[in-house]
Amino acid sequence: MTMTLTADLVIASAVAYVGLLFFIAYLADRNTNTRAGVFLRSPFVYTLSISVYCTSWTFYGAVGSAARTGLEFLTIYMGPTLVFVGWWFILRRLVRISHEQRITSIADLISSRFGKSSSLAVLVTVLAVIAIAPYIALQLKAITSSIGAIAGASQFGRGSIEGLDETGLALAVAAGMAVFTILFGTRNVDAKEQHHGVVAAIAFEAVVKLAAFVAVGVFVLYIGGGLDTIFADAVAAGHQIHAEGTFDDRWIAMTFLAAAAIICLPRQFQVTVVENSDENHLRTASWAFPFYMLAMSLFTLPIALFGLTFLPVGSNPDMFVLTLPLAAGQDALALFAFIGGFSSATSMIILESIALSIMVSNHIVVPIMLRATSDDNIGDGQGVRRLILNARRLSIVLILFLGFGYFYLTRASDALAPIGLISFTGVAQFLPAILAGLFWRDASTKAAIAAVSVGFLVWLWSSFMPSFASSSPVVAQIMAEGPMGIAWLRPHGLFGMNGLDPLAHAVFWSLFLNTTVLILGSLITKQSPLEHIQASVFLNVFRKATGETSPIRGSATADDLFLVARRVLGHKQAVALFSQEAKRARLPWSALEPSPTFIRTLERELAGSIGAASAHVMLSKVVSGDSVSLEEVMQMADETQQAIEYSQELERTSAELRATAEKLEAANRELRRVDLQKDEFLSQVSHEVRTPMTAIRAFSEILLTERDLGPDSRERFVGTIHKESLRLTSLLDEILDLSALERGERTWENYPINAEESLDRALRVCDALARQSNTKMKDGWRVDEAIVLADPDRLSQVMINLISNAIKYNGTIAPEVEVRSRIRGKHYVVEVQDNGVGIPEEERAHIFDKFYRGRLGEAAPYAGAGLGLPISREIVSRMDGKLDLVPGTEGACFRVTLPLAETS
Amino acid sequence: MSIDVLIAEDEPSILEALDFVFQRAGWSIDSVMDGEAVIDAVRRLSPRVLVLDVMLPKRSGFEVLKQIRADRATAGLRVLVLTAKGQQQDRRVAEELGADAFITKPYSNSDVVNAVRSLLGEAEPKVAT
Repeated sequence: MTMTLTADLVIASAVAYVGLLFFIAYLADRNTNTRAGVFLRSPFVYTLSISVYCTSWTFYGAVGSAARTGLEFLTIYMGPTLVFVGWWFILRRLVRISHEQRITSIADLISSRFGKSSSLAVLVTVLAVIAIAPYIALQLKAITSSIGAIAGASQFGRGSIEGLDETGLALAVAAGMAVFTILFGTRNVDAKEQHHGVVAAIAFEAVVKLAAFVAVGVFVLYIGGGLDTIFADAVAAGHQIHAEGTFDDRWIAMTFLAAAAIICLPRQFQVTVVENSDENHLRTASWAFPFYMLAMSLFTLPIALFGLTFLPVGSNPDMFVLTLPLAAGQDALALFAFIGGFSSATSMIILESIALSIMVSNHIVVPIMLRATSDDNIGDGQGVRRLILNARRLSIVLILFLGFGYFYLTRASDALAPIGLISFTGVAQFLPAILAGLFWRDASTKAAIAAVSVGFLVWLWSSFMPSFASSSPVVAQIMAEGPMGIAWLRPHGLFGMNGLDPLAHAVFWSLFLNTTVLILGSLITKQSPLEHIQASVFLNVFRKATGETSPIRGSATADDLFLVARRVLGHKQAVALFSQEAKRARLPWSALEPSPTFIRTLERELAGSIGAASAHVMLSKVVSGDSVSLEEVMQMADETQQAIEYSQELERTSAELRATAEKLEAANRELRRVDLQKDEFLSQVSHEVRTPMTAIRAFSEILLTERDLGPDSRERFVGTIHKESLRLTSLLDEILDLSALERGERTWENYPINAEESLDRALRVCDALARQSNTKMKDGWRVDEAIVLADPDRLSQVMINLISNAIKYNGTIAPEVEVRSRIRGKHYVVEVQDNGVGIPEEERAHIFDKFYRGRLGEAAPYAGAGLGLPISREIVSRMDGKLDLVPGTEGACFRVTLPLAETS
Repeated sequence: MSIDVLIAEDEPSILEALDFVFQRAGWSIDSVMDGEAVIDAVRRLSPRVLVLDVMLPKRSGFEVLKQIRADRATAGLRVLVLTAKGQQQDRRVAEELGADAFITKPYSNSDVVNAVRSLLGEAEPKVAT
């Protein structure tokens, strides 16, 4: 079959093909709930829709890459394969979270995880729109190049595009795509942002592009004489396919980028996550999608090698898929190849613009609208929906226009693949935030914003801007010398890192700084309660028991909520939602008290239409009360944290217990000590009392039993009894006296007296005792008068005790006692000094103890009970004075120090 | 020239009373008034019975008793311990140290005389009542 392939025919075919796509989408939308619908929601359709990953970059560009740089094109398939084979770790988690949280886009995912941050959503949206522009441009370029290739090959080729240059053609394609996408993707706002019709069309396109590519491949094998011949011819023609750059830094960077792209590209997120209707479809996709990519890449190398060998030198290798059939005169195959390439480009453009437009309308337009209008002025039930749809339509136009703009500015460079890699590097900036969001509880919003911003800026500088070098002299100069001659800021040699492949360089710096900022930032910032809640929801997605917690608490009337729901969801769906709740609560609608669970459900439903952040803002305006109560935050505290608090509490309590136990033990020891002292005291008292009692009883019995006693003996015995009785009495007096003094009682009144008079009285009392024991009383220095606050009798008692002790316990042949007094400062001092043997060193410490008697005291006849000194000391202290044993003197010297009374 | 009873007691009144009742019982007696003098007196006077107060000056009655029992020459001496403290513990210590009898002050004269008599191994005399 022969036919003349012209631009007009090609364009007509393209339009007809678009018509077919419309028809498929229409059928799919209508049959969502029929048996055909079941087929449409099968895992294979899901897998085919994921194949939107293979764009015209793959269809045309892979061959170009293979012709230019050998096996490098394989990296673009290896990255996604790794991710899909390991789907369990990331994809399944992403899908589960997104379903539970009604996530609508990649921006929604990131903002939802990081405290429903609107700023983050806006940032991610803006970045995505800018980063995707080169990718859209790539598709425009592929379509225009393919039309151009066909037109150039025919002498009548240009037809109706006569007079249109490449730029004009690209603009026309962009405009057509915009119209097409608007018609396709923005017919309504779906609660889940699922587009069954679009997905069906995309799946169909996936089949078309694979079939077209395989057809060209088989054709090449056929005319090339088989694989071996093609390879042999290529080697003979001097084409090296393994020659250079295999498994170097660029390989690693590209594989990594492709792996990141399959997660981060907005359209991939749309088909893989948002459009997913059954988590189990991932199982199928995990092997079927890599298989699809394998089939897509099987013929890449033969086509490239055959093209290099067969076509004239200088042919654009990106167009081999098209120009090989054309050169062989196979116009039908060439048309099929064109439709295949067109399929890859359109499917990408449609889905990418839909995904981006959802982000733009949900995260930028709707929030602005919500802030700009008060609750009452949003309009009727359809207002929000219409506004959202218009916002999306506008976004699509904007996105395609940006793509065209990029195409226009970079039209000088001709290869497809590098353009795509710029986009890949751009969207890869989301990867750290996504991974941290899924797996790291402490990742914080501020850190995520900073990280994405830093990565974005580095990407703009080192990847995006350099692509304008060919069209802008300023950029070219910056590329060569750095901004204002600062060499270490050169886009391809940041911080002095030269010699790296520009792509690897940009990937390294943007993602290294991005990740570093995210980690450090998260470590130094603190999460808000909402962030904490969302982090828990994301990390605990596979732990059913945890459940989710509503961040919105408070009261709202059912009417208010219904108004909001109707504005966003539409009347029908809002009524359905509220009827269901009324049925569940068994209340008439008017009496419905929205439960927190219901508000949570409602928020999720709204999030499905306008994104988590906007839904949160919208409901917060209606539901009064704080978004999160302190109590809730407390409940949200991690189990670990609670465990730590619990153990700290335990530790504190047990420390208190220990302290109490120690106090008790100390008190107990003190009690035991006092008890022992008391026992000891009683034992001493017993001994002191029993001794005179023994004498009294013994002599009484003698007097009673011995009738033949002479009067002298009788008189002496009775005298002894009398004397011992007196001793007993004075002992008991002393004990009571000391006991009272020790309890702090004072049985007398202190008043100003002349202490010298008390001293004189004591000396007189002791005079007889001194004479009895031949003790010489020496007169020492005395003051005339010393007025102190005291009781004269008690003061005399102390002096008598000291002087009589000095007389009794002397132990020398010529005993002497000296009493002297003086005024020292504001004190009156009396000293009683003897010339005896003194008090042995070991006894000095005990001399004031109760019942303590030194050796001399024990040996002396009629010694006291050992209470004199303790009593004297207590008396003096009750006069604010001191009684001491003066150390280091010959003999013993006791000193009484009393404060002089203030003279008034 | 041994004596019947040696009294070690520091309280003069009690000593005088013991002295009186022991003489009336017909025993030859001597006395010391501090702990250090006891051992000497025991060696010198070879008493048949020692009446020992616990609370003696210089050396306590218990220390003295210990030394008497430790010395082979005096180990067999019969000892009556007197104490004014009247506690169970003193009685136990006395028994452990080998006291032959133990009497708490204040005592009845006849108890002390009977105790000494039994330590002397004499029969109770027929006392005219």
